[in-house]
Amino acid sequence: MAIVVKRKPLTFLEKLYIPEIVRGLTVTFRRMFFGETVTLEYPEQRPPIPAGYRGVPTLVRDPEGREKCVSCQLCEFVCPPKAIRITPGEIPEDSDYAHVEKAPKEFDIDMLRCIYCGMCQEVCPEEAIWLQNQYSMSGYTRAEMVNNKAKLYELGGTLPDDHFKWNKKKEAAKNGGGHGHAMPPADMPRSENPEVPPVFPK
Amino acid sequence: MAEEKKDNLITVNIDGQDLQVPPGTNMVEAVKMLGKEVPHYCYHPKLSIAGNCRMCLVEMGMPGKDRATGEPMLNEDGTPKIMWMPGPAIACGTNAAPGMHIKTNSQKAIESRESVTEFLLINHPLDCPICDQAGECKLQEFSASHGRGYSRFVEEKNVKPKRTRLGPRVTLDDERCILCSRCIRFSQEVAKDDVLGFTDRGSYSTLTCFPGKELANNYSLNTVDICPVGALTSTDFRFKMRVWFLKETKSIDFESSVGCNTVVSSREGKVYRVTPRRNDEVNDTWMPDSGRELYKQIEAEDRLSYSTVNGVGTSAVEALKAAAELLKGEGVAIVASGRNTVEEQFVLKQIADQVNAKGVYLVARYGEDDGILISKDRNPNVRGALATGLISDLPAEQLSVLGSQIDSGEVKTVLAAKEDLVAAGLSEEQLKKLKLVAIDTHATATTRNADVAIAGLTQFEKSGTLINQQFRIQKFHKAIPGPVGSIDDLAALSAIQASLSGETYPSVVGTVWEKIAAEGSIFEGLSFKGIADTGVLLDGSAFSGLAFVEGKSLHFEPQVVEVAKG
Repeated sequence: MAIVVKRKPLTFLEKLYIPEIVRGLTVTFRRMFFGETVTLEYPEQRPPIPAGYRGVPTLVRDPEGREKCVSCQLCEFVCPPKAIRITPGEIPEDSDYAHVEKAPKEFDIDMLRCIYCGMCQEVCPEEAIWLQNQYSMSGYTRAEMVNNKAKLYELGGTLPDDHFKWNKKKEAAKNGGGHGHAMPPADMPRSENPEVPPVFPK
Repeated sequence: MAEEKKDNLITVNIDGQDLQVPPGTNMVEAVKMLGKEVPHYCYHPKLSIAGNCRMCLVEMGMPGKDRATGEPMLNEDGTPKIMWMPGPAIACGTNAAPGMHIKTNSQKAIESRESVTEFLLINHPLDCPICDQAGECKLQEFSASHGRGYSRFVEEKNVKPKRTRLGPRVTLDDERCILCSRCIRFSQEVAKDDVLGFTDRGSYSTLTCFPGKELANNYSLNTVDICPVGALTSTDFRFKMRVWFLKETKSIDFESSVGCNTVVSSREGKVYRVTPRRNDEVNDTWMPDSGRELYKQIEAEDRLSYSTVNGVGTSAVEALKAAAELLKGEGVAIVASGRNTVEEQFVLKQIADQVNAKGVYLVARYGEDDGILISKDRNPNVRGALATGLISDLPAEQLSVLGSQIDSGEVKTVLAAKEDLVAAGLSEEQLKKLKLVAIDTHATATTRNADVAIAGLTQFEKSGTLINQQFRIQKFHKAIPGPVGSIDDLAALSAIQASLSGETYPSVVGTVWEKIAAEGSIFEGLSFKGIADTGVLLDGSAFSGLAFVEGKSLHFEPQVVEVAKG
């Protein structure tokens, strides 16, 4: 059974509509001339980014300029949409950071796949991957939307590192580690000087 | 016999559960029979007991005996009184004894394990992010399951050399070494090449090669496999891929007729490494280094990626049609390979019967026996060709008989399956006289001279079975897809047989096996699915008259087999 809602008939003023239009425009003009602006002229003006914002994932360097990523591939493993693709590589032995041993040869993040979940940042044992303030990504092709290693470092920049754990490690090696004294001189026989690699006859 | 064995069993009690084990079983294995695990690093089932890692500490006791009378001591309820040892004992060094009781999860055992783990972690670097062993590291696993979960160590960690080259294929990271000595024992006991040892004492202890020597034997990479931590790493696999991405496929080493069981690790259609798979009847847990490099042929530069007819690239379907047309001609001979699978050899036999072949040949490959896991016969499946009836005698290394048949004009068409005829002694002039159909994976003189060259698959890209020197039929599985444009060898041969005979012919391993097993041959009752992962021993007595070339190797005694056959 249908319910009939009884409506009150409109009064004369209400039938005119004008008072209501004036009332509405009063609000509009008050906002226009006396109110605070809440919109932004994007893209010339950019909104402030709150702390903890999860923008585009980037790779960062430590204050010495060393790339922090050691290509452990945990982010690649944890990434839910499989956006990350890493080709691991070895740091050459003549590098200052040879003791770190491993660094990415290639590091690709497909921004068409990325869902900005931040799990890569959470899982990273080296604090090398960060979701920073950058939020706008656009491109004309799919390939453009894949951030390669160079792009990721360009976006990431330098992030302060309080630990310098690899420097500590290098320092420890110089000071003889847990033995509390320096390594024996290099011309000592191999068995007493583990730093000199053995020379094998060809 | 089963009765006798049962009498020999001794009863031990593990965590309150009685278990009957054969004498000589150590407690790590006994606990494993119950489906539990005693964590261990230095103990390896195929090596001698060192007992130096102390991880497998358990609480142990024996039934007490009265010293004065020799009577068993009993509890009030009549059960034997167990005299528990005051300290824990290592399970790997404790052999089962009648009435022995052990506790693997008592407070004392748990505390012992936690303490051992803490000591091992004191000087272990926090390298997991850059360590190749991470994900399959025993220390990582046991630290999580048997460690305290926090560190009390505030002093500086020990520093030892990293990136040390032990040999052409093995790189050592001394910091990660927990001094379990598995690699040393392996070199002494299995590889019989005593090159590794510890130098210095205490926290200076370092694994190293003896002066002037290096770890270069053909079994050196097994030390990497048995290393419970990431100290010994494969120079080839180093930093290539984290192990948790790798898909593992059971396979067989194609190197020789030993047929080592292997695991092929691949990710997204790319093979990264080949490691041994345990088979106590064939290769224990070892395999030669040379077999681990075979995966490199997959992406070799001369790999065939499309089929050709008269040197022009074409689709596999067209090539197979052209091949079948050629084989319908007169004077057809077949050159099969000891590297073909049993299924391919079976279909080749059908083709040979269909075309009334003037001859079926195999090319023998002989090398040196190493007495461990590489036999003299470098073909993995000569016995398969015998068992399928493709050939009736052992093959020769040269195709001189075929050569004279070609010269006399008796043979005008040749089907070469995975063999290079030029390498087997024919001249290019002889090939030019022929109508030649070749199936191969890589460009050879034969495929270049072939009228029809069909791009086939390597063993990593197909499934099948092989029969090894013990007449053990073993199966291997497809790990990765073949290159675009290639065709499965078995499917190609089946298609050729189908167009030759005008009847449909099964083209996948499982259905071909229905035909193979129906033959009433030594395969009767078998199916591809029914072959166990460790293989099935076939009755090879029909071939006992043949003079097989293999010498003694790890689980193979040629003479004994001969006697058993006779």
